[in-house]
Amino acid sequence: MAESEKFIKGIKFGILSPEIIRKISVTAVVTPEVYDENGIPIEGGVMDPRLGVIEPGQRCATCGNTLAQCPGHFGHLELAKPVIHIGFVRHIFMLLKATCHSCNRVKIPEEDIIRYRDLYRKLRNRWPQLANSLVEFIRQKASKALECPHCKARQFKIKLEKPATFIEEGGRGKLYPDVIKQWLSNIPNTDLEVLGIDYEVARPEWMIINVLPIPPIAVRPSIVLETGMRAEDDLTHKLVDIIRANEKLKEAINSGAPEIIVEDLWELLQYHVMTYIDNELPGVPVAKRRSGMPLKTIAQRLRGKEGRFRGNLSGKRVDYSARTVISPDPNLDINEVGVPYEVAMTLTVPEYVTPWNIDKMREYVLNGPNKWPGANYVIDPSGRRLDLRYVKDLKALAEGLKPGYIVERHLINGDVVLFNRQPSLHRMSIMAHKVRVLPGKTFRLHLAVCPPYNADFDGDEMNLHVPQTVEARAEAEELLLVMKHILSPRYGGPIIGGIQDYISGGYLLTLKSTILTKEQVSDLLATIDYSGEIPEPAVLSPIEAWTGKQIFSLLIPEDFNFIGETKLSSGNLKCSSEECFWDTLLVVKKGKVLAGVIDKTVIGSQQPKSMFHYLIMEHGVKFGSEFMNKAFKLFLRYIEMAGFTMTLDNIRVSEEALREAEKVVKEAYSEVHKLIEMFRTGQLEPVPGRTLVETLEIRILDALAKARDEAGSAAIKYMSLTNPVYIMARTGARGSNLNITQMSVLLGQQSVRGERIWRGYYGRVLPHFKAGDLSPEARGFVASSFYKGLTPLEVFFHSAGGREGLVDTAVRTSQSGYMQRRLINALLDLYVEYDLTVRSSYGELVQFKYGEDAVDPKKTAFGKAVDVDRIIVKNIGWRMSL
Amino acid sequence: MMSSRPEKIESKIMEHELVPKHELLTKEEALKVLRELGVRPEQLPWIRASDPVAKLLGAKPGDIIRIIRKSATSGVSIAYRFVVVG
Repeated sequence: MAESEKFIKGIKFGILSPEIIRKISVTAVVTPEVYDENGIPIEGGVMDPRLGVIEPGQRCATCGNTLAQCPGHFGHLELAKPVIHIGFVRHIFMLLKATCHSCNRVKIPEEDIIRYRDLYRKLRNRWPQLANSLVEFIRQKASKALECPHCKARQFKIKLEKPATFIEEGGRGKLYPDVIKQWLSNIPNTDLEVLGIDYEVARPEWMIINVLPIPPIAVRPSIVLETGMRAEDDLTHKLVDIIRANEKLKEAINSGAPEIIVEDLWELLQYHVMTYIDNELPGVPVAKRRSGMPLKTIAQRLRGKEGRFRGNLSGKRVDYSARTVISPDPNLDINEVGVPYEVAMTLTVPEYVTPWNIDKMREYVLNGPNKWPGANYVIDPSGRRLDLRYVKDLKALAEGLKPGYIVERHLINGDVVLFNRQPSLHRMSIMAHKVRVLPGKTFRLHLAVCPPYNADFDGDEMNLHVPQTVEARAEAEELLLVMKHILSPRYGGPIIGGIQDYISGGYLLTLKSTILTKEQVSDLLATIDYSGEIPEPAVLSPIEAWTGKQIFSLLIPEDFNFIGETKLSSGNLKCSSEECFWDTLLVVKKGKVLAGVIDKTVIGSQQPKSMFHYLIMEHGVKFGSEFMNKAFKLFLRYIEMAGFTMTLDNIRVSEEALREAEKVVKEAYSEVHKLIEMFRTGQLEPVPGRTLVETLEIRILDALAKARDEAGSAAIKYMSLTNPVYIMARTGARGSNLNITQMSVLLGQQSVRGERIWRGYYGRVLPHFKAGDLSPEARGFVASSFYKGLTPLEVFFHSAGGREGLVDTAVRTSQSGYMQRRLINALLDLYVEYDLTVRSSYGELVQFKYGEDAVDPKKTAFGKAVDVDRIIVKNIGWRMSL
Repeated sequence: MMSSRPEKIESKIMEHELVPKHELLTKEEALKVLRELGVRPEQLPWIRASDPVAKLLGAKPGDIIRIIRKSATSGVSIAYRFVVVG
């Protein structure tokens, strides 16, 4: 057996020679007729039975195999006159330019040819790139010669008239394919070598077709419609066209028709053979079906996204996968994924029967395919696959199980599966989850894993794949588990962490004013299955009471110290000392939260250097995931207890605040009018590099943007941290000050392409304004808030700005998608070698050290070997005070 | 002015802020580097002999040039170039 084993060492591409085409052909195709009146394929037509089996049950007229075994056989067509193969036009052009029209030698002196050949042979294997540039140099040099160094003939300029006509200017004029074929076949092998052509497999005269291979029927099957009519493949249609054109040409030649007629028919044959190969050639009319649909010919089958290469060879479809809508489930573990029963009973895991699991396996087989947890197939030691749907006696089969059998059982809780959301832009787009089989029809996932997938629940769907071997499962669990991806390699911080309600919940729980009774404490601790002791109450009288900080502290390890500012610590709530009244400096000493609140910069996702980040770095990802499971449940339970809603009232600001905001806007208006006045009187100084009009627009835009921000903050300063909208913005849970401004105070300037709205209008945007009016309201400044409501004119401007946003996102996604494709195609074979160099698959060095410092951002303290500041806080933070 | 002096500028490029330090390696050094990296010379990134810096160093095809440059991630990073014809 071993000696007959064969290995592929390499693949070499060449051109089929007419001799080979005739040799592999099983029949010459001679007639354009396809079927006779009985619908039976005619011998010598393009559907000749010798080209392969069409109907099941039939035996091949050539090889005697049935449909399943017969690979199909080529036929051939002798063309009356040769035509140019459109795929080789550029090569032919190069050869005609580089060789002499008279002696057909390459236009390089004999001794140079030998010198170049020796150099080329030396370079070819070791320096393929250099060899290519040498060839390019020789080609150019040969093309430039005005006189043939061999026969001293004067050289003509060769012109290529797209798509496939060659003109010899000053010489014979139009070069016909038979002339070119003669010319090319006269070029000696030695000359071809220095032009970079492998004459063994690609003699240039083979680039001119005089024998056309007819592909097997299996390549172009005809379809039988319900009406009983036969519909032929596009390639078959095109082949019939070629044969018909060929017949006509043959007839014309034989009957001695005038040269112009022969030439026209030759041209027609050239057209048909060209479009048979590629139907999307520039400058060539597209060959169409009767319905007007362009024919899909050979090149169209291979090219493009759905072509053979990208669609079938690089892109494969897989079994053992599922896809459905996703929905949130905060009760899951972050490493879990909720899988519907229906999915769990369709996807299977092959499990080998062993003495240790045989009882379980018997149970699965007994449950069968329709009861979870069951099994769908059993494979016996001989490799026979039994479909349990059709097994009459499951009991007997279960009894008969013994080691050596394989049971394809349903997905059960704890199985490792891969979970993916497109577009898969980074490695966190595919992560391994542990299965949790649940009722319902959607995949469920924990909210904290939304950021890495960039998922939300407005109808998003995700894919699930079941690894089928132990190795794959082990790899998925060790490398791909969600837990292992809490830290992102992009910036070293956690990409999985608190979002939205987890943040506002954490804030509410750890507020200074949150006092919990024993009942509340018990409730909270019960939700996280806390089994330790309840700490000393912070308040003893009149009733025992605990603070939220105390409860949260139970989740922090005893040795943990941390001091850091919270997101709230800015502006009027800035804290830089432990004694600070505003309680916005987070102080954790020996695992106890002594001051500060929990907000986005403490437990948020995509927040490096946060308390959460250090917890993971110092206590590991396993701890990190358990911390999240518990802390987030705690926060949600508390936010449920406390209640957290927003109403219209929360975005209403007082009369006083509005007056203040109005004043700011009025001032900005008068500033803008002053600018316009300066512009009109010519007093405005242009900004360097800008025209006067541009300067004015920039100054106005600046003034109005400043006005909006100032008006916003003037009003927001009246809001208190009891206002849920403000809490969300301030803690980083959702929304920003800008959002609040737009809801309660004013929308501000609307823009299209970064400019005030004027583009595409003549003089004025709407007939309500005077032509040339440059005032804020005429160019899209919206002074109303969403609360107050927009005037009709404002709605118009706002929708113009809104439309641009929509168009932008649509355009951006397609552009970034294509950019990603190109980037990945360039980088996908690079890898980090064990010596920490980055290499290509050929072993070429790309980076001498990965990232120049060989550092994995996930595993270091922000690129440095030691984070001294953190080490100090970590160890003696408990006795430091700020 | 017509009298721009290209040679003068070419000879000064090494002094430019953005041009990192280039060194021509001796045969022994080059062999050592190749052995350390475990590569054949042509697997290194290439630099043309006609590159202004290579010309300035007098590098011939087959030589190896060491580039010592500032790096945002590691402070100093070292790279090598294999000199090719061109």
